[in-house]
Amino acid sequence: MVERQNSVCFRTLHLDQPWRLDSYRSIGGYGQWERILQERPDPADLIEQLKLSALRGRGGAGFPTGLKWSFMLRSAPGQRYIVCNSDEGEPGTCKDRDILRYNPHQLIEGMAIAGYCIGATVGYNYIRGEFFEPTERFEAAVQEAYAAGLLGKDIGGSGIDFDLYVHNGAGAYICGEETALLESIEGKKGQPRYKPPFPAQSGLYGRPTTINNTESLASVPVILEKGGQWFLDQGLPNNGGLKVFSVTGHVEKPRNLEVPLGTPFRELLAQCGGVKGGKKLKAVIPGGSSTPVVPGDQMMELNMDYDSLAKAGSMLGSGAVIVMAEGTDMVKVLANLAHFYAAESCGQCTPCREGTGWLSRVLHRILKGQGRREDLDLLDDAANRIMGRTICALGDAAAMPVRSFLKHYRHEFERYIAQGERCVS
Amino acid sequence: MTQKVKIEIDGRTCEATPGEMIIAVADRAGIPIPRFCYHKKLSIAANCRMCLVEAEQGGRPFPKLVPACATPVMEGMRVQTRSALAREAQQSTLEFLLINHPLDCPICDQGGECELQDLTLRYGKDKSRYAEAKRVVKDENLGPLIATEMTRCIHCTRCVRFGAEIAGLRELGATGRGDHMRIGTYVEQTLGHELSGNIIDLCPVGALTAKPSRFRARPWELIQVDGIAPHDGLGSHLHLHVRGRQLVRVHPRAQEAINETWISDRDRFSYTGLSAPDRLGEPMIKREGGCWQALEWQGALQIAAERIREAGSELGALIAPNATLEEMYLLQRLVRGLGAQAIDSRLRQQDFRGDAADASLPWLGVSIAKVEEQEGILLIGSDIRQEQPLLAHRVRKAALAGGLVATVNPYRLDLTFPAIQFTASPSGMLRELAALAKALRKRGSGTLRTLISEVKPTAQQVEVAEQLKQAGKRYRGLILLGALATAHPDYSLLRALAHLIADATRAKVGFLPAAANSFGAYLAGALPHRLPGARPAETPGLSAEAMLNKPRKVYLLWGLEPGFDLADPAKAVQGLDRADFVIACTGYRSPALERVADLLLPIALFAETSGTLVNAQLDWQSFRGAIPPPVEARPGWKVLRVLGNLLELEGFDYRSSEEVLEELRKQCAHAKPNNDPRGDLKKLPPRLSNGDRLYRIGNVPIYALDALVRRAEPLQANAEFLQVSLNPDQAAEMGLGAGDQVEIDQGEGKLAKAPVRLDPRIPRGCARIPAGLSGSEQLGPQIGPVSLEKR
Amino acid sequence: MSLKSTPQTLPTDPAVRENLFNPEIRAAIDRHIAKYPPEWKQSAVMPALTLVQEWNGGWLTIELMNEVAAYLEMPPIAVYEVASFYGMYDLKPTGRHKVCVCNSISCLLNGSEALIEHVKKRYQVAPGETTADGKFTFKEVECLGACRHAPVVLIDKTYGENLTPEALDRWIEELD
Ligand SMILES: Cc1cc2nc3c(=O)[nH]c(=O)nc-3n(C[C@H](O)[C@H](O)[C@H](O)COP(=O)(O)O)c2cc1C
Ligand code: SF4
Ligand code: FES
Repeated sequence: MVERQNSVCFRTLHLDQPWRLDSYRSIGGYGQWERILQERPDPADLIEQLKLSALRGRGGAGFPTGLKWSFMLRSAPGQRYIVCNSDEGEPGTCKDRDILRYNPHQLIEGMAIAGYCIGATVGYNYIRGEFFEPTERFEAAVQEAYAAGLLGKDIGGSGIDFDLYVHNGAGAYICGEETALLESIEGKKGQPRYKPPFPAQSGLYGRPTTINNTESLASVPVILEKGGQWFLDQGLPNNGGLKVFSVTGHVEKPRNLEVPLGTPFRELLAQCGGVKGGKKLKAVIPGGSSTPVVPGDQMMELNMDYDSLAKAGSMLGSGAVIVMAEGTDMVKVLANLAHFYAAESCGQCTPCREGTGWLSRVLHRILKGQGRREDLDLLDDAANRIMGRTICALGDAAAMPVRSFLKHYRHEFERYIAQGERCVS
Repeated sequence: MTQKVKIEIDGRTCEATPGEMIIAVADRAGIPIPRFCYHKKLSIAANCRMCLVEAEQGGRPFPKLVPACATPVMEGMRVQTRSALAREAQQSTLEFLLINHPLDCPICDQGGECELQDLTLRYGKDKSRYAEAKRVVKDENLGPLIATEMTRCIHCTRCVRFGAEIAGLRELGATGRGDHMRIGTYVEQTLGHELSGNIIDLCPVGALTAKPSRFRARPWELIQVDGIAPHDGLGSHLHLHVRGRQLVRVHPRAQEAINETWISDRDRFSYTGLSAPDRLGEPMIKREGGCWQALEWQGALQIAAERIREAGSELGALIAPNATLEEMYLLQRLVRGLGAQAIDSRLRQQDFRGDAADASLPWLGVSIAKVEEQEGILLIGSDIRQEQPLLAHRVRKAALAGGLVATVNPYRLDLTFPAIQFTASPSGMLRELAALAKALRKRGSGTLRTLISEVKPTAQQVEVAEQLKQAGKRYRGLILLGALATAHPDYSLLRALAHLIADATRAKVGFLPAAANSFGAYLAGALPHRLPGARPAETPGLSAEAMLNKPRKVYLLWGLEPGFDLADPAKAVQGLDRADFVIACTGYRSPALERVADLLLPIALFAETSGTLVNAQLDWQSFRGAIPPPVEARPGWKVLRVLGNLLELEGFDYRSSEEVLEELRKQCAHAKPNNDPRGDLKKLPPRLSNGDRLYRIGNVPIYALDALVRRAEPLQANAEFLQVSLNPDQAAEMGLGAGDQVEIDQGEGKLAKAPVRLDPRIPRGCARIPAGLSGSEQLGPQIGPVSLEKR
Repeated sequence: MSLKSTPQTLPTDPAVRENLFNPEIRAAIDRHIAKYPPEWKQSAVMPALTLVQEWNGGWLTIELMNEVAAYLEMPPIAVYEVASFYGMYDLKPTGRHKVCVCNSISCLLNGSEALIEHVKKRYQVAPGETTADGKFTFKEVECLGACRHAPVVLIDKTYGENLTPEALDRWIEELD
């Protein structure tokens, strides 16, 4: 595994100043884009390679990227857009930041190729506002690419246009949700849109639009270079390729690691130096704060891929692996998560606006030692009533941790309520 | 035609258009689906989550409950609105909403007609499990019309969408996020849009309520009576809510073809003027030394009859264009029965030279609903948002649908939709139209020929002309003349030019009625040149202008205030002063009226009398009285009946207003709407020269239209006051600055004083000095030369 | 005809528009406007607010929001909505710097609580407030997207990684 590590989005990491155009060029960067500019291949063939690769969206939902691109009707007249989602706000996730900082050109190439495949001549990269340095890096790379004649109108006389712009967020997790992100680019509050219509029919400015995560798009040049089959072979069927995992929390060496899908969690943990202080593993949130928590023992037997985690009742999500050691106060952790969703709910739909606040208030009351016995059933029930009833998935994201924490660690909550004081297992 | 699909809701088969939302189909079938954010006139937000239902398509259930308001139907869809799962979701949504909603319905103004209260009773649980602190929201003062209790807000965003989509002016918004989201203006400002009151009806809870009627009554104490709005040319349908002898509030009554589901703030709140302190309750007569004395009806009517009999053919009658059809008809019978010919209701017109060629029965030219389907609209002399608020909404819809809207006006309008505005001085307006005609290769004849020969169309005028022509080709072109055209000294020429452009583009010509019954006057014969049934009079009588220029022995003024409702108040007062006797049938006393009148007879106003109004599309809209008139005031038709009897005129024994109406209706059997000129309008020389005189533009502001709105306090609270608006460049040249007090001189009469306001929307050569506002009583012609002197 | 995907324009007199802000800010906003379709000037509202906020020393007044609205020909309320929605806009006066400590899960697991308590005590400032000397405004923020360096602090435009209370003190010390 170690030898295949960091060979897609992080393949420039070993270079000096990997974010520069010549560094990227030195490993064959922009080769795929230049080939497209010269040969103008049939986009359908490129999309075929992506489908073959089994690349699934790295933003959290895991939707097959090739299939998503094929929804864009190339024949439909008028403007289309490709939008990159670099809003990275899911607690635990910090991979896109490093792609922007260390391999911006590969993302630019991926966006340009995506634009070509879906017939978009304009792309926007939505980068969260707090990412000042990554934005600078990325914008400098865009300037380099323009200067090198890799972007713009009628690029290199190919007749192909592609313009790329950055749109910065300004502090709102919800703008990571793809339609909220589009609203935000349109100069509005980031409030998710009800779907249908899906962005492929009516997206940015009401035009057909494809939105992909930074990592998804940055993977594309490598997939085209080495072939869809190669990428698929790196991972598992239906779980192609490598994926960046942000391993954080109670580990010795928190880090981003790009490893093949299907890598055992045990190995991933070992690569990060194991649990901090040599403690016992208590629990893991395997795919970003929105995904259900998995008890440590169970986690130690799992492999890191979409299907295995789904089978275990959780999700791969954005690949943010949050590790919790023995001694972690699960009530406090859940209260922290609940606070996050209440603070980040956009406020438009009832169950989420009212429900997330409710969950958070009850959990903080329990944390303060003022819990009541009926609170736990109430929490579970309220979470259930949010699930599946909101405009966007933030409602589910807020509900799933509550339900899973109560399922696995109910006794800790009960002890809090019974003793009304801090309680550590 | 689009194909229909069949779907099943709760086991019932319903027919639907593909793409229609489930909720719309259910509503049509009468199957109740609870909702808060959905409103058929607004965009879909799907944010309240109250309408979640279970659905399946082709035997495959949707993975989640779907919002009925945002889920389009497809052939074979099956929907369950009351399954256990759907009910549980609906109940959950209510529980979430009630977390932060006060549970004090008994002290809420919406109590008894609250959608949240209703749905909670029907779908909710009886006990809340929420035990945390509730949100408290600070209220904003949104002005005199709308009261707020924002703690009650459930964030359905109907009011916000209304502003963006219907009003076209975003005043309210949802600021903040999560459960800190607040609906408001953020900066605590008065809502200024002329349709803003509709958010009161849209708000499903008691967050936004009507300030003037707040806490005045509980819904179950109210009796609901149908009514017709008495101001603009729509005759919007109203619900009048009455408690005892009082009209407590006014709501819209849905009428798709006229007002859809809306009403203007003027129609909603003008009722407050009914109880103004200067309301006239008893007949009064002016005694020696100018003091007024009350007297019995009988005596008063006898005096009136005597004076009228004495005057005979020397009687002149002016009747407000919002009087009922019955009043107009009886008054003209009375005047003509005495051999007099002087009756008019066109009080704000100054150019009557076109009467001989006047349209036989003017109207809007298309139905109200069709206005929004026009692809090209040319608006001549109309501040349409102020004159006809809801018609402006139809024009807006036409513009948003991609239609061309062009205007020719003496000042630039604040519009909430894209429009090409040609702005020019009154004489310049003629040239703008002449240029459009020229762009259409029309040379014209008579005066028009000279006008047209002198202009050169701009590229934009050529473009507008071309687009009008394209619209006309598809029968979607409309040229409308409004109140500023009517008041124009060269109204006849404006009309001639409008018809010329219409000829060249195949657009229709339409008229915007100045008031609620302006077209009714044609049918009732309350005009010097029209007999009942809109039949042309063989020998036309005296127009409003003529009868004031050639003073009559006795005047009968019906429902008007000489200082405010006439085209040239200064001259009118002079004329009235010279009469032997002036009888005013009126709802109010006012200093100007008391000055000229000798006898005041109190008549019933809007909502106090039965009657009929004829709107812009010539609907006869009858209504009954909802409340009794105050003290001794009487319905106008009854006053006229007694007068007719006292004067021994034949056939004045009506037993009801319906009988009056029936009699008139028979005479109108052959009256057909027709806007074509009946003769030549274009032989007249223009009254205006191109000279560099300053012209007064005396528009009538929205809340100055008639005696009733002028007394509606909530509307007046933020209404315009008399100011002289000048183009900044022009003001600089004249050595005037913002706030300077100037004397306004229109030749005759006394001087009025007002402050200067700078406004780039006013073209050079014009001073916008409104009519109908306090302080304007002494002024001259609404549109006419003016000079300003700094004080 | 909906709030969605239709720009909400409210025209501004060109003479007024040309005199808003200063030439540098106008040019900077114009560069953003150029990124979007011409009828979508409002797309530049976020960068415009960011620029104007920075120019004003860290926060936005109602007047400035109104000017942004006028410059982008949007209804003012649409600008208030945006400014009050996103966490990086401050609508109250701020200190010379902004110290934003992440309080989300990875940082919590790695000591952000201690960091937050430390700032509160040492500098006598509650979250959302400014130190008495006006040096900095203290904000607790949600995940900063740099969790592998937890606990993370953002001061103005710079991320600080794996911060201890002492390291944070030293950093704050260096601020002017
Ligand atoms: C509340 C919420 C937050 C999200 N945040 C992000 C994010 O920060 N970055 C991201 O790429 N996707 C995020 N997503 C997922 C996006 O909606 C979308 O699925 C993704 O950008 C699609 O790209 P992909 O198919 O390449 O993963 C979020 C979704 C939700 C519901
Ligand atoms: S689920 Fe929450 S974040 Fe998503 S649309 Fe509804 S209120 Fe907004
Ligand atoms: S949890 Fe702090 S940066 Fe992510």
